[in-house]
Amino acid sequence: MAGASVPLGLLLLGGGRAESPRDALREELLLSPLPSGDLAATFQFRTRWDSELQREGVSHYGLFPKALGQLISKYSVRELHLSLTQGFWRTRSWGQPYLQAPAGAELWVWFQNSVTDVDKAWKDLSNILSGIFCASLNFIDSTNTVTPTASFKPLGLANVTNHHLLIYAVLPREVVCTENLTPWKKLLPCGSKAGLAVLLKAERLFYSSYHSQAVHIRPICRDASCLSISWELRQTLTVVLDIFSIGQGKKDWSLFKMFSRTLTEACPLASESKVYVDISSKDQENELLEVIPPPLSTHEAAVQGERKTYAVYDLLNPALFNVSRSLNVQLKWKRPQDGSHLSMPVLHAQRYVSGYGLQTGEISTLIYNSHLYRAFPILLLETVPWYLRLYVHTLTIITKGKENKPSYIHFQPAQDRRRPHLLEMLIQLPANSVTKITIQFERALLKWTEYTPDPNHGFYVSPSVLSALVPSVLAMKAVDAEQSPLFTSLFPSSDGTSYFVRLYTEPLLVNLPTPDFSMPYNVICLTCTVVAVCYGSFYNLLTRTFHVEEPSRGHLAKRLANIIRKLRGVPLL
Amino acid sequence: MAAPLVLVLLVAVTVRAVLYRSSLAVFISERVEVASPLNAWKRVVEGLALLDLGVSPYSGDVFHETPLIIYLFHFLIEYAELVFMGTLKRSLSPYLPFLVFLLLLFSLVQFKKQKLLIELDQYAPDVAELIRTPMEMNYIPFKVALFYLLNPYTVMSCVAMSTCAINNTIIAFFILATIKGSAFLSAIFLALATYQSLYPLTLFAPALLYLLQRQFIPVKMKSKDFWVYAVQYAFLYLGSLVVIICLSFFLLNSWDFIPSVYGFILSVPDLTPNIGLFWYFFAEMFEHFSLFFVCVFQINVFFYTIPLAVKLKEHPIFFMFVQIAIISIFKSYPTVGDIALYMAFLPLWSHLYRFLRNIFILSCVLIVCSLLFPVLWHLWIYAGSANSNFYYAITLTFNMGQILLISDYFYAFLRREYYLTHGLYLTGKDGTEAMLVLK
Repeated sequence: MAGASVPLGLLLLGGGRAESPRDALREELLLSPLPSGDLAATFQFRTRWDSELQREGVSHYGLFPKALGQLISKYSVRELHLSLTQGFWRTRSWGQPYLQAPAGAELWVWFQNSVTDVDKAWKDLSNILSGIFCASLNFIDSTNTVTPTASFKPLGLANVTNHHLLIYAVLPREVVCTENLTPWKKLLPCGSKAGLAVLLKAERLFYSSYHSQAVHIRPICRDASCLSISWELRQTLTVVLDIFSIGQGKKDWSLFKMFSRTLTEACPLASESKVYVDISSKDQENELLEVIPPPLSTHEAAVQGERKTYAVYDLLNPALFNVSRSLNVQLKWKRPQDGSHLSMPVLHAQRYVSGYGLQTGEISTLIYNSHLYRAFPILLLETVPWYLRLYVHTLTIITKGKENKPSYIHFQPAQDRRRPHLLEMLIQLPANSVTKITIQFERALLKWTEYTPDPNHGFYVSPSVLSALVPSVLAMKAVDAEQSPLFTSLFPSSDGTSYFVRLYTEPLLVNLPTPDFSMPYNVICLTCTVVAVCYGSFYNLLTRTFHVEEPSRGHLAKRLANIIRKLRGVPLL
Repeated sequence: MAAPLVLVLLVAVTVRAVLYRSSLAVFISERVEVASPLNAWKRVVEGLALLDLGVSPYSGDVFHETPLIIYLFHFLIEYAELVFMGTLKRSLSPYLPFLVFLLLLFSLVQFKKQKLLIELDQYAPDVAELIRTPMEMNYIPFKVALFYLLNPYTVMSCVAMSTCAINNTIIAFFILATIKGSAFLSAIFLALATYQSLYPLTLFAPALLYLLQRQFIPVKMKSKDFWVYAVQYAFLYLGSLVVIICLSFFLLNSWDFIPSVYGFILSVPDLTPNIGLFWYFFAEMFEHFSLFFVCVFQINVFFYTIPLAVKLKEHPIFFMFVQIAIISIFKSYPTVGDIALYMAFLPLWSHLYRFLRNIFILSCVLIVCSLLFPVLWHLWIYAGSANSNFYYAITLTFNMGQILLISDYFYAFLRREYYLTHGLYLTGKDGTEAMLVLK
């Protein structure tokens, strides 16, 4: 009773201060030139709502989208993470992503302890989300759903350890396009009418190498004392634009060139609206690039083990619009940049299928640790559909020519037409090494109705997930999560010496043997004929007995022939 | 007699050892004709690996052996590691001799069985030509050994280390026990065979008929002795089956193996191509008829038992042969090892040779199909220049050949019976040679 009254008191206290906003929106755009010369634009819209959503009677929605709020309270969702991605983040040439997502659709949800039938809640939830985001999430069923034991921890405020409340599914075949973007934009308080969201023009966003949009909902502490919770909705959108093809061979870019729009104002509902430009390469050598207009302030932070400098444009600062009415951030390279200084990311991975023919095959995953002197463990999660029958006894993990024994291994074998394979391993990666993980599989022949419409295109295998605490080269200060820009705060970092990275490998495309789809009737008829031949010949032998054939007077044909012969005058038969 | 047999054994062991050591071993062990989902050695190793990981082998759909088999191999590996100071580790090659040994054992069993059969073969000597001379019969055991041990099908399934060899051994022990007249052992081995692959339960009828014949109890519905003996045998059989299944339950501490082994056999979820009739039929089946046809095809295997029992009640051994053949043709996951089992019986019926109608054509069909299996598989799976219909066509032809072969033997058997009672040279009323027809 006392425990309940304290948050209630706080709530009253919060309500008492009329000026304190019960919900807040912060919008951010990060523009970062990638080592390969492309440009990554990352939008983030954070809506924070100081409300006990799961209590009954919440009926008034402000900035928080009602569709999602109702979903959370109805299905007792603790955390929801949905991403829809087109393309693949090339870690090797683009560097470590802020927030990577696997190709296709990914959905993972933590439910509250109060949920008894998790599977049913999951089924309903994925169907509703499918409707909200116009995505094929209704194709999520037991054959592509898993419950990882270690790879996915709650990102928000939670102390749950019961991993049965977690459900994870990936649809690697999902194609993301405008119809998914529009409902996503509609969830924003300003829609695409004002603020940073005016840049979200579908014909530009999908003319890109990589497009990923995501929705993350999680409970967070309302304040430092953490007595009550707030709900946070993060909508992120990452797009990698090929500057070469847009800018006719030049690597200079501007907002207008990329999005065919400029920024004129912040979203009126937003309490913060900022554009960050990554100008870290500036201090490597003497003045490589130049940002126009000159930023009013800069921000320095250690992000993912690297020191980064950002030029900051605060759209709420009226000084920004003093010179011109609109903000068109431009970046100019002062001299042609040589792309030779591609710094290898500390952790990256690649995956491929080997073998030939349609009977067996092998999945190989190569994981690179390019840290020069630190070894660190990674958690690898593999989800393989049932029709690729994995043989776990063929699992080999080789590092530097020696066998590397995983310190934790969780394998859940597949069940035909019911459940996929789930393999989770904790592998120690020695410093500066390549680890090769191989496992063999056998391809199943499916029923003809189980093949996808284009069966010879192949079947997708969802990407494997690597989660790791990567040791940082430079010491990072523990920063205030609320104040720091962008995604540094999504994954809680334990201390300053390491940072959390989640990577996804490529999805795989595997061919299966196919039956001939045009002849079900023929097959049914022919096989039944063979069975009938057996039945017939045995029936004959079982029911009849041998008799001596008496020479008969002949059949009708013979008699007719004899009549004709008699007429012709030739000897009878 | 012993010297040639030893020679055959040596040749058989050498052939297997050479093939096992050669590069062909991997090729053979991956052949779908040799290793089915039920008995592939790769799946046994997988089951052991799962057991080592602390996962129940039956929680997935890869392992379908019975619990006794997995614990047998588990024990063997533990023991071997103990003996060889852990140097063996994952190398499982030492179990090859084990499987060969089983096969040899099988042939010896067959051998003994034949000897007993000779004494049993007592036809009324109407027609001298049709009776087998003791000289001929003397060579039958040797021929059976030859047929089984040097049959390429057996060699292949041994080199692939298919656990089919174990099933065949159990069935062989069952036949031996039956012929020796030991109802108790016969029931135990029949229960083991049933436990292993379910279908041998139809062999209950021929075994019972044979045991009754040995006891000189007439098969009559009104006879009290008949019923008493039948109930006794059935009780022994069911009792040992229950004991074995309970033993498995206590080993595993769950009933998971029942759906995973018997459900898997009966409902045919795995459509990996094999030499049988099920895989393509159910891959192409319309979903709402699937259950109906699964039932029809499974009933088909058991369907022939009662009519055959009525027709062949005086000849239980021939009945057993026909029944084993029917099982190996119509079971849901047949392999060449199953075919080798009934083919080992063929020398037993060498006296039917003169009445067989199509033996030459059928032998050619079977040989050509066996050679075409890998060719068309390669064209479909690896070269991509053929499709599944090519392989399917060969399985159809192969099964048709087997069916006609068995019915030809059945026909010849019935015809010989007729001649034995009516004389070999039948004449019609007008003194000309008469025609014999089935009516």
